[in-house]
Formats: sequence, structure tokens, C-alpha cells
Amino acid sequence: MRGTISTSRTHISAVALEKAYLKGQHKIPVLQGVEIDVRKGEFVSIVGQSGSGKSTLLQLLGLLDSPSVGEIRLEGERIDDLPTSTRDKLRNRVFGFIFQFYHLLPELNLLENVLAPLMIRHSTMAYWKHRRVYRELACDIIAKVGLTHRIKHKPSELSGGEMQRAAIARALVAKPEILLADEPTGNLDNRTGTEIIQLLATLNDQEHLTIIMVTHDRLIANQSHRSVCLSDGRIKALEEAA
Amino acid sequence: MYKSLLCLRYLRTRYIALASIISVMLGVATMIVVNSVMAGFSTEMRDRIHGILADVIIETNSLDGVDHPERWMTIARNAAPEHIKAMTATVEVYGMVSFQWNGHWMTRPITLIGIQPESKSKVGPLVDNLESYNPVMDGDVVVRTALRSRDEPPGWELTEPAMAYLKDKIEREEQFREQLNNIRRSAEAPTESRSPFDLRSSSFPRGGGANSQDNEAIGMTASTKELIRKNPVDERGPFHKDHLDTESPVGSEFPFSPVVSKVDLEQEEAIWPARVYVGSGLIEFQFEDKLGKKIRVQRMIQPGDEIKISTVSAGRPPEARHFNATVVDVFKSGMSEYDSNLIFCNLEYLQEIRGMIAPETGVRSVTSIQIKLKDYTLSKEVVRQLKAVFPPRLFTVRTWEQKQGPLLAAVEIETAILNVLLFLIIAVAGFGILAIFYMIVVEKTRDIGILKALGASSRGVMTIFLSYGLALGIVGSGVGVALGLLFVYYINEIEDFLTVIIGRKVFDEAIYYFPAIPTFVNPMTVIWVAVGAMAIAVLASILPARRAAQLHPVEALRYE
Repeated sequence: MRGTISTSRTHISAVALEKAYLKGQHKIPVLQGVEIDVRKGEFVSIVGQSGSGKSTLLQLLGLLDSPSVGEIRLEGERIDDLPTSTRDKLRNRVFGFIFQFYHLLPELNLLENVLAPLMIRHSTMAYWKHRRVYRELACDIIAKVGLTHRIKHKPSELSGGEMQRAAIARALVAKPEILLADEPTGNLDNRTGTEIIQLLATLNDQEHLTIIMVTHDRLIANQSHRSVCLSDGRIKALEEAA
Repeated sequence: MYKSLLCLRYLRTRYIALASIISVMLGVATMIVVNSVMAGFSTEMRDRIHGILADVIIETNSLDGVDHPERWMTIARNAAPEHIKAMTATVEVYGMVSFQWNGHWMTRPITLIGIQPESKSKVGPLVDNLESYNPVMDGDVVVRTALRSRDEPPGWELTEPAMAYLKDKIEREEQFREQLNNIRRSAEAPTESRSPFDLRSSSFPRGGGANSQDNEAIGMTASTKELIRKNPVDERGPFHKDHLDTESPVGSEFPFSPVVSKVDLEQEEAIWPARVYVGSGLIEFQFEDKLGKKIRVQRMIQPGDEIKISTVSAGRPPEARHFNATVVDVFKSGMSEYDSNLIFCNLEYLQEIRGMIAPETGVRSVTSIQIKLKDYTLSKEVVRQLKAVFPPRLFTVRTWEQKQGPLLAAVEIETAILNVLLFLIIAVAGFGILAIFYMIVVEKTRDIGILKALGASSRGVMTIFLSYGLALGIVGSGVGVALGLLFVYYINEIEDFLTVIIGRKVFDEAIYYFPAIPTFVNPMTVIWVAVGAMAIAVLASILPARRAAQLHPVEALRYE
């Protein structure tokens, strides 16, 4: 468990969050009243067993889904009920996503994948005007994750660790405030997984990025400031940093 | 930006989409080829009809015509002084033509048009349609060069070969008659001598007429000659016929022969005062040459031969009029409707035989005035001006298009229906795109989820697939247009190639009258076809694109 962070200002919070899916006639509750506060610059991991609702919580925080009951607040302001276009913009500017299965676009090479959030953010004209700046930015970030030699490669030509690092680079290029990682090491062997977590920890230290990571691996969770344990859609225990 | 990038990448990597591109391409190419050939045929057909009919036609409502054509022409010229380039007066009337071939009589309905060749050729391309002015072709080989130079104005004179043919025929006839007289003389003694006569008659077409026809023709000849004697035609050239006053001594035996009075005839006198250009379709038929597997044309009448024409006189009641005429030339416009129906006759003679010359004053009548305009695009305006001065109870003023309205409309409707049917092919291609796109959207569900997670809007995702559809449409119709135009450009080479492969002529000149397949590429048609194909491609991609846009990111990402 790493040391505490300096600020105590709440960055993103979930208030009485409930989420249920409809499966045919039956309502299946996934989250049942989750309360969570994440401070600025904090590295939080959400642990729990499969089906405990940790991925759903992450998706709700990242505005990929809307809660059935409750609110998501970004710096104290409610964001889950904003119009779709604003939510799209928030996803693009505030949140960066990292997935278990990397989710790179197979048709694009590494550089283009990394540039994708910027292409989505800007109109064609604006992007074309500043394409050199963006390209340099992307190359810097790719260098930071150590993939400069793979810049023209397609995702299918990369190894798992490389793909995950590419996904991190893609999440970072948009200069997000909050990084949401859904089992970033789930598909990687131990050594590569540790490398990825190290990379995230470094980013947290140096860039003061708020990171929320879902994992079911206690060892990896221990790398964060604190862990939130979910069980059957409720928070079971909070392990504050010692 | 990501939209165009992704849709270009999809275009390059999804080979299944090639299937829809090819279907669009084939549809577009087919439409262009068919439209070009149709337009080629119809343009050619319009040209040919236009050539025969002149730009604007003023017709009298009665077959009797109106007198003083010069006066009406002056009226027309004054009504539209700045538009009229040339005018000619004609007499149009229905009739029958009969001629003998291989011992059989052929009788056909005709439209008889009395023209003045020189002024008619100023109104339309008469010279282009007359055989003696054009070389005879068989494929690319010149069988016979043009017999007259184009500088020579068209008239009613026979060409040298026709003269020679006629002379030869007359000589043979003389010989035959002498032989027949010999036989008759010997037949007065009761010896059997029919067989040499029969032999002769079968080998010589002129001999075998049935008796009843002979008698009818005697009357015809007599009445014709009477008429000519009563109303001497122009005192010039071939129409001057003093010899007609001398009745033929052997006319009762050989009523069809134009040369009956003298043994040593001048060539000119062997020719009837009525001269005609005969439509080629009236005097020829096609048959398949079993040896060469080629379609050949058999001519039954040549310039120099004579034909019999029956028509009606002007006035109440119309009476039958019969006359013999010498074929001067063969008329071939390429419109079978005209070529198998029209006979052009010298106007003066037709007026005379129909009684269209007032006996006291010598004033002539005509039934129609053909006008050539300086600028055909103003024809509607001219027709309006002419209608104002030509009383509608006497005249109908029309452009050639109005006169041929039903035919042209039929062709247009035909083209339109064909286009609708062909466009259905592209619509089918559209459904192909729809199905393939649905597949691609399903395949790309995860990518759509990723894009949405990265902040792409639903509209953005929809745009990707719509522009993907448009891109397919553009590529498909682009390649299709190129392919179609290439096909049209090389259509005759392709036809030659097919002929070699199949071993049978695909497009036979003898049937279609065209030396090559006529094509006409209308740029507007090409643009419309291409735009239509693109529109269909976009329309077909709307449904899959909507589905893609409505995908929920979480569900899309759950796809593993």
C-alpha cells in the first residue's frame, strides 16, 4: 500500500448509486447503494469477485452507462444527467479508459490508435491544421510507454503488454483528469502486469492523475492508495491507506 | 477526422464490401451502355425521320390540296422572315405500286410524294438517301462507287449504268418480239408450237402476264397517254413526248412495254414521263444465304425498270388513276417504315395525273409545303407564327416531331421503362449493401463501443457508416461509369470479338441498316445514373448505420 496523497479535495464521487439490468421480465440488481469518494490525484482500486458489480461501477463513473438511482458527481457537480453530447465530450476530455482486452481499433496502426481521441475531439479541419502538433504529442506519449519502435504496427502485430501500453498511451493523449482502468492486467502474465501497474503508478506520482482501477488481484490492488471492496453490489470494506 | 479515416480503412480492409461495389458497378455500367445504345438508335432514327420530313411541315387538310403554292410560300416567308431557310412544295397522296418479278406481280401500298428534287434537297438531305449518290458497301468493302458526284443536283435523269441496262433490256425485248411474231406466223398453220413460247416466258420476266392483267394494263396505258396528250407537261427534257401521239401498233400484244412504236428507239423515248425514286424496302427482300450463313438482299427492280402506280385523282369523287413510271433511283433512308412505303415522283407529272392543274388557268395545286429553318431550336416559335397566318380549316402546321409524335413518344416511354427496370438492378445492389453492412456493423460492434468510450457521438458513428456507404457508391459508380464508357467506346470491337467467338454476326448491317452500332453518350444521363447509384448506396446504409449509432457502449464492449 502506497502513501497517502496531499490534497483532500473530492474529484469524483458516487452518491447512493444503484443499477439494475433488465433480463427479460426480471430485474437483476447489480449495484445497490454504492457511495464512493475519490480525491484528486488518488489511485483507488476496486476489488471484488466476478459479478460483484465493480466493472459496472467503473462504467457508471466513466459515463458509459447511466445509473438507475443515484448520482455521479465530478468536482461536486452532477454529471450523469447531462445531455448525451455533453457526456460524449466529458468522456473524451475528462476520462481516459483502459480495458482488459485493450480494445484497440484493428484497422488503425499504433500511432493512429493513439491519435483517435484527438481525432474524435476535433473537427476534420481543426485536426488537419494542427496534425503535426498532435502527432508530436502522440509520439512523446508513445515514447513514454516505450513503444517508439512499434509506431507503424497494427494491433495484431503487437504483444499483449505492448497493446496495453498502447491503450494507456491512447488514454493519456487526450490529457484526461481521471484514468479508468478495467482489469488492465487481467490478460497479461505477472511480469508484464507488474510493468503496467508500475507505469500507472508512475503516472499517478508524476502527473497527479486520478486513477480508478478495477481488479480482482489483491497484490495489484495493493499498489494503489486504497482499495474498495465490492460484494453483491455493496461496499464491503474500505481499506484506507495505512 | 476519425470518420473519414475509419471509413477509408474499412473500404480498404473489408473485402466483403467488394461484392456490393461490384454489384453497383455492374448496374451502373449496364445502365450507361443500354442508355447510350438506346440514345444512339433513337438519335439516328430521329435524324432519319427528320431528314425525310423537313423541319416544319404545312399540310392541307384535304388531299385535293390548295392552289397557288407560290402565294402560300410567300405568306409563310412573310410570317417568319428571319427563320425560314428553304421551302419546297410537295403533293402527298396514297396509292399502290405493282411490278413484275420472276413472272409474278407484286402489289404494295405506298405513299406517293411528288417532289421537285432540287428544292427538296435544300430542305432535307435527299442526296444522302439516294443510292446513285452513295457508294454501295458490303461491310467495309466498296462494292460500287457513287455513280454521281455530290455537286450534281438531284433530278430525274437516269444514270449511265441505268441507261445501259434499259437499252440492253429493250434490245432483248425486240428480239423476243420478233421471235414471237415468227412463232405466231408459223402458228397460223396448225402446228404445235407452244413449248418455245413457254420456255421463253419463264426465262424472260416480261412475257408471263396473265390475260386479265394484260387487259387492265392496256386501259391504263391508254388513259395515261390520253392524259399526257391533253395536258402537255413542261416543254423541256424528258417530259417532252411527241412520240406518244403515235399509237403502238403492237400494243395489244405487249401492253407493258414502254417501247412499242419504233424499232430503233432513241433511249430517251423508252422512258416514261413519270419518274420515280422507289423506297428500297418496296423492291427488295432479305434471305439467308445457306452457304455463307449471311443475310443477303435480293433486288427485284433496278433503276431503268418500270413500275405501275395507281392512285386517286383530286376532286369529287376521287377517281382511280393509273400510270407507268420509270425508276430513276432507289431511295434508302434507313427507316424501314419509310423505305418500304415511300415513292417519290416528279411533282409536275403527279399534279397532272391527279388533275391538280386547273384546265383553264393552268394553276397548280400542292398538298404540303416543307420548310427548313435556319435554327431548328426556334421551331415552336415559327409554328406559332405560321399558325397565325395559315387558316386552320385548310392547313395543319406542325414540326416534324409533332407529326411523328406517337412514334417518338413510344420510343421515349420505352427508354423510360427500360431505365426503371435497370435501376431496379441497382436497387438490388442496394439491398446487397444493406445486408453486407448489417454484417459489418455486427462485426464492428466492439469497435463502435470503443469509439463511443473514447467520446465519439452516436451521430459520428452513424456518419462513419453512412460515408462508408457513400464511399462504396462512389467507388462502385465511378468504376461502373468508366467501365460503361469504355464498353460504349469499344462496342463495335466487342461486337467483332463476339462475332468471332459465336461465329455468327451479332449486329448485322443488313438487318439494322447501320454499318456500326450507333451510340450516343448523354453526359446528363451518366451523371444521373452515377448520382442515383450513390444515393441508393447511402439509402441502403441508413438502416445499418442507425443500428450502429444506437448501440449501447457497455453492451458493445461486453462483446468478447
